[in-house]
Amino acid sequence: MSIGHTLLGLLESGPRHGYDLKRAFDEKFGHDRPLHYGQVYSTMSRLLKNGLVEVDGIEAGGGPERKRYAITEAGITDVERWLATPEKPEPYLQSTLYTKVVLALLTHRDAADILDTQRSEHLRSMRILTDRKRKGDLADQLICDHALFHLEADLRWLELTAARLDKLREAVTR
Amino acid sequence: MTIPAGSLLTAQDLRKAYGPTTALDGAEFSIHPGEVVAVMGPSGSGKSTLLHCLAGIVMPDSGSITYNGREVTAMSDAERSALRRSEFGFVFQFGQLVPELTCVENVALPMRLNGSSRKEAERTALAWMERLEVDELRKKRPGEVSGGQGQRVAVARALVTNPRVVFADEPTGALDSFNGERVMELLTDAARSANAAVVLVTHEARVAAYSDREIVVRDGKSRDMERVV
Repeated sequence: MSIGHTLLGLLESGPRHGYDLKRAFDEKFGHDRPLHYGQVYSTMSRLLKNGLVEVDGIEAGGGPERKRYAITEAGITDVERWLATPEKPEPYLQSTLYTKVVLALLTHRDAADILDTQRSEHLRSMRILTDRKRKGDLADQLICDHALFHLEADLRWLELTAARLDKLREAVTR
Repeated sequence: MTIPAGSLLTAQDLRKAYGPTTALDGAEFSIHPGEVVAVMGPSGSGKSTLLHCLAGIVMPDSGSITYNGREVTAMSDAERSALRRSEFGFVFQFGQLVPELTCVENVALPMRLNGSSRKEAERTALAWMERLEVDELRKKRPGEVSGGQGQRVAVARALVTNPRVVFADEPTGALDSFNGERVMELLTDAARSANAAVVLVTHEARVAAYSDREIVVRDGKSRDMERVV
């Protein structure tokens, strides 16, 4: 995820302090991985240097000064460009699991065992996500669904591979 | 296999052949009260035969099935029928509701077969239909409701006798993923709160994710993944 673009996007609704930005990010997108303050301030410095945000005001208090940031026209254009650019689909061509299966077949180990163990591990993750989805709000449900569909895709590949192990053995040991 | 302490239903070394085709080849199984166990495996692996044996619908050629300390394979047909009616509930891929009866009559049917009065059976049935969010369908016939609604009615019917084990064979197989997941959520919530065990046959990972653990059946042999990982 581009943290810079996400923070810029959050600034479009109005100027905010770094702390508010972090809180908004964590609440909407952070879930398992909240931002560190250091990440927020280094990102804002970069955006400031590139003219995508400007300092809208500074509050002096007992602690360190608090800058309030506002998005610039260039920043809005940058967010718009980012949103309009499709994400590159992951090709998933370098699969460790595929390598393990082929190596198991080449070395006369039980490849079905490897697939069973992997299925179980995937299901373990899917149970955690399903549980979180059941207890969560709509945002949680959509985030978990995204992860669940990806895990499910892995499992579909796994089942297909399990069904073709004999043919794969013939092909790789030929 | 040593039988895990506190198991409600166990199977050991089950073998079953249909003519020259081996369906079960030494399969094993165990489930605790209130537990949801997914039985997974490719088509033709023997998972439905395992479910039918566990439920006392099909008799294995050899092996042992113990329910609550009783040997199922030693029971007469009538005893197994009584066991199924009083202790087990069933949900299949296509609800298999009786088309001539209304939904509430369908849900009440297992209680009626067990000798309950119509009034009592329908009162309990309606409470389960409310729980499964289909009480507004009480007067409709199965042909007048959607697949997802019909499957919820079937789940209510499976739970109406307060069974100790619910057998669900691809219960969401005919539903889209949204309706399928809602059925699974309602089924597992209701079963867990009633401390009923659920034997869930499925080939769908997202459905299996509603279980507590899974066993994998392949070529008639079972593998309990909890004991492997």
